[in-house]
Amino acid sequence: MSDLIRLTAAETAAAVASGAASAVEVAQAHLDRISEVDERVHAFLHVDTEGALAAAAAVDSARAAGATLSPLAGVPLALKDVMTQKGIPTTCGSRILEGWRPPYDSTVTARLKAAGVVILGKTNMDEFAMGSSTEHSAYGPTHNPWDLDRIPGGSGGGSAAAVAAFEAPLAIGTDTGGSIRQPAAVTGTVGVKPTYGAVSRYGLVALASSLDQAGPCARTVLDAALLHATIAGHDPLDSTSFDGPVPDVVGAALRADVQGMRIGVVKELSGEGYQAGVQQRFDEAVALLTGMGAEVVEVSCPNFPYALAAYYLILPSECSSNLAKFDGMRFGLRVGEDDGDPSVEQVMGRTRAAGFGAEAIRRIMLGTYALSAGYYDAYYGQAQKVRTLIARDFAAAFEQVDVLISPTAPTTAFKLGEKLDDPLAMYLNDVATIPANLAGIPGMSLPAGLAPEDGLPVGLQIMAPAMADDRLYNVGAALEAALLSNWGRPILQEAPSL
Amino acid sequence: MSTAITEPVVPYDEVIAEFDPVLGLEVHVELGTATKMFCGCPTEFGAEPNTQTCPTCLGLPGSLPVVNAIGVESAIRIGLALNCSIAEWCRFARKNYFYPDMPKNFQTSQYDEPICFNGYLDVEVETDDGMRTFRVEIERAHMEEDTGKTSHQGGATGRIHGADYSLVDYNRAGIPLIEIVTKPITGTGKYAPEVAKAYVTALREILRGLGVSDVKMEQGSLRCDANVSLRPSPESPLGTRTETKNVNSLRSVERSVRYEMTRQAAILRAGNKVMQETRHWHEDTGVTTSGRPKSDADDYRYFPEPDLVPIAPSREWVEQLRAALPENPSVLRARVQAAWGISDFEMMAVVKAGALELVAATVAAGADQAAARKWWVGEVTRIANERGVELVDLPITPVDIARVEAMVGAGALNDKLARQVIEAVLAGEGSPDDVVATRGLAVVSDDGPLLEAIDAALAEAPDVAEKILSGKLAAAGAIVGAVMKATRGQADAARVRELLLERLGVAE
Ligand SMILES: [Zn+2]
Repeated sequence: MSDLIRLTAAETAAAVASGAASAVEVAQAHLDRISEVDERVHAFLHVDTEGALAAAAAVDSARAAGATLSPLAGVPLALKDVMTQKGIPTTCGSRILEGWRPPYDSTVTARLKAAGVVILGKTNMDEFAMGSSTEHSAYGPTHNPWDLDRIPGGSGGGSAAAVAAFEAPLAIGTDTGGSIRQPAAVTGTVGVKPTYGAVSRYGLVALASSLDQAGPCARTVLDAALLHATIAGHDPLDSTSFDGPVPDVVGAALRADVQGMRIGVVKELSGEGYQAGVQQRFDEAVALLTGMGAEVVEVSCPNFPYALAAYYLILPSECSSNLAKFDGMRFGLRVGEDDGDPSVEQVMGRTRAAGFGAEAIRRIMLGTYALSAGYYDAYYGQAQKVRTLIARDFAAAFEQVDVLISPTAPTTAFKLGEKLDDPLAMYLNDVATIPANLAGIPGMSLPAGLAPEDGLPVGLQIMAPAMADDRLYNVGAALEAALLSNWGRPILQEAPSL
Repeated sequence: MSTAITEPVVPYDEVIAEFDPVLGLEVHVELGTATKMFCGCPTEFGAEPNTQTCPTCLGLPGSLPVVNAIGVESAIRIGLALNCSIAEWCRFARKNYFYPDMPKNFQTSQYDEPICFNGYLDVEVETDDGMRTFRVEIERAHMEEDTGKTSHQGGATGRIHGADYSLVDYNRAGIPLIEIVTKPITGTGKYAPEVAKAYVTALREILRGLGVSDVKMEQGSLRCDANVSLRPSPESPLGTRTETKNVNSLRSVERSVRYEMTRQAAILRAGNKVMQETRHWHEDTGVTTSGRPKSDADDYRYFPEPDLVPIAPSREWVEQLRAALPENPSVLRARVQAAWGISDFEMMAVVKAGALELVAATVAAGADQAAARKWWVGEVTRIANERGVELVDLPITPVDIARVEAMVGAGALNDKLARQVIEAVLAGEGSPDDVVATRGLAVVSDDGPLLEAIDAALAEAPDVAEKILSGKLAAAGAIVGAVMKATRGQADAARVRELLLERLGVAE
């Protein structure tokens, strides 16, 4: 095996299962790659060399003992630093959690471990998943492997960049308003936000509880499906977890047939604000789908223009409450307890002022205000009504079509620092991804090509009804195959070598 | 330790002459579920600090709550017993505020969608015109979680000011609580303190009957906050209220309400305004002191708890729970009174002493109802009052009392010795049989020692012997008394008298 890091997850698992490569070799190859390139990419906040090699060795011994390996056994993975992993630093990209080692595994972590997935380390992210560029990490930004001066998207820029830079074939992301899909779009990778409730949130450090959803990051649709199938399923520890069968996402990815499907193009997610090259690649993909026998129609979702405003009331409201626990009393950073004779409130205040970055403070303040007596109805209450309207838009659209499609992000990757001082411009990056979170439906982003004007990846988004995640994989895999045959080789091979 | 701030008060009868009191009672009940409200941690009282915790009740990042179904069931049963409507659909809400003993810095509670609402509880109070029933309307009963417990170390007072540091025990964090809130209680007039006490007493009785909580006020499993306000007349708008906390006995409920009425009256009479605030009750000094200012504008930024799904108890389930409720205590009272064949007055004495269940249990353990009533309402109540505690909280059981009474019935103990046995049991000397054995407290029934004592007494007082022999039988009392003294009360006085007369050959 000459280039273990270039294999897909499915190929890696097959190699480990057949004995063509050992899991330890695979893990070591990726650890070496991380050593080689991560100084420039900065996808990882923590690399768990020892743990990864031990986990890989366990897979090898299980195989030697004749055990049946699970479909992803021995495949390395990068875990977004918002997921707890027992004994491993978990910072959420924030200073306030510096040094905290959780005493427990998130359900996703536990399922990965049980499946023999080799967790390489924790990936960089915007602080508490607030951002679209990973520039809001307290530990410095992640760089886009396509152009190190550009952002890798956010908040899960670390996970997407790790996959794009061949540091890991798989990664876990979390998506509150696009944090899996938008980074996938701008790094030329595949990212899926499953239906809300499909993947347990237990051990996912909450940003906005009613929107957060963990999901797979990968280089192919099939790899994403394999990871999806590994982490999804009911969890009694999460009351909002869906208690029902997981759709057959792997089967759907293998089927890859859109013949006779009805596909809707969302009218409101195009036009003004969408980069020409993004729109062009999107339109070409629509033509491909039509060519494969799908019926593509335009669908209107009239309330989508209000989605961003509603999102930026609901998210900060929930976040202001979720982040209250970070007060220096029980874990993480504590600031200023020896300075004078401070009261408990003063230590809490000093810790929070020193521990949270500007974006976190901005959203905590917005949310605190929106939930205040006298403002609740006008802000939070109203936003919830908009949320209902958006869900109705989707419901109406899915009466007409099987899936909806749009560009994932309005533009390709922008330069580091370009939008850092303009929060509204930053927020607009998620305009196409936010509606799915508000309605709890699943969405996928997959590469649609490179924008002619800047040569950077463009993402196409597919959205399906709740618990019909399999449709994403079916349509995604079909489109992926058609694009691949046009390009002649996977898009990531166009990326500059690091 | 309470700060000795003496505020002016107005004599109670003058308060009543000039003002109309309005009450509002908030009772927090710790449910006796085996596990906490939102995680699987045990709830046992008195464990080593921070040993009954997990990521969820410590509020660790990433943790999530899961509702305890028994907690919901208990809440519904409480609501049904309090004649409440049960919500067909309700949610939890987050009550946001920062406090170190609250791990998440928000409390998972219920806000505008309580599980139980619009109920009432009828309570009986002894008035100048006999027993009168007051209806206390219940606004809501909702589910929430308890906080941890902070203790302030070092410093002189054990309070936060002057302490060197503070420790927090999160064992209590997440224990299920039901908060029961009354509507404003009006029309009680001078009986306001008694109505307050009767309400908490009746509520406690119901909760104990439901078996949902051990309702121990001293251990904090039942906590009462008493809101009190005064207004010039029943027609006037409600006055400014204070909320008194730390009211941790039934007696304190009555006393704190009475005190707060006299204090507020003094303020109003002087033309000043009552400050809206929480106040702390001090059992030792019998006063309340100022806590923190409280206003209706306290902003907890409530919003529906997104980590939990709504609760929609099916009507079938609610009806099943209703059908399985234990007998209502007032119905039980009527039934028991008829069975015992006692008067209203006698029944009231039992109820007032809070002894109904204890007497009933003593009867069930084999004692005669009259004897059981006599002990509980008399001697044991006297000791409870002396100690300032509730009957049920004394370390003596109905079985103990039944055993004492059995020994009296068998002539093994007399009345005086029985009292000594009860006192010894309460002093922790063991069961009645243990006490009798170790203290040697049996009635001397062997005639031998009695005859010796009688002879000795007669020898001491030959003049008395003469009187008796001359037919003045009343003089026998002196000899009997001397014998009782000599046997340290362990003799049966009637038997002594019998033996004495026999000895002297005198007939009755
Ligand atoms: Zn717990």
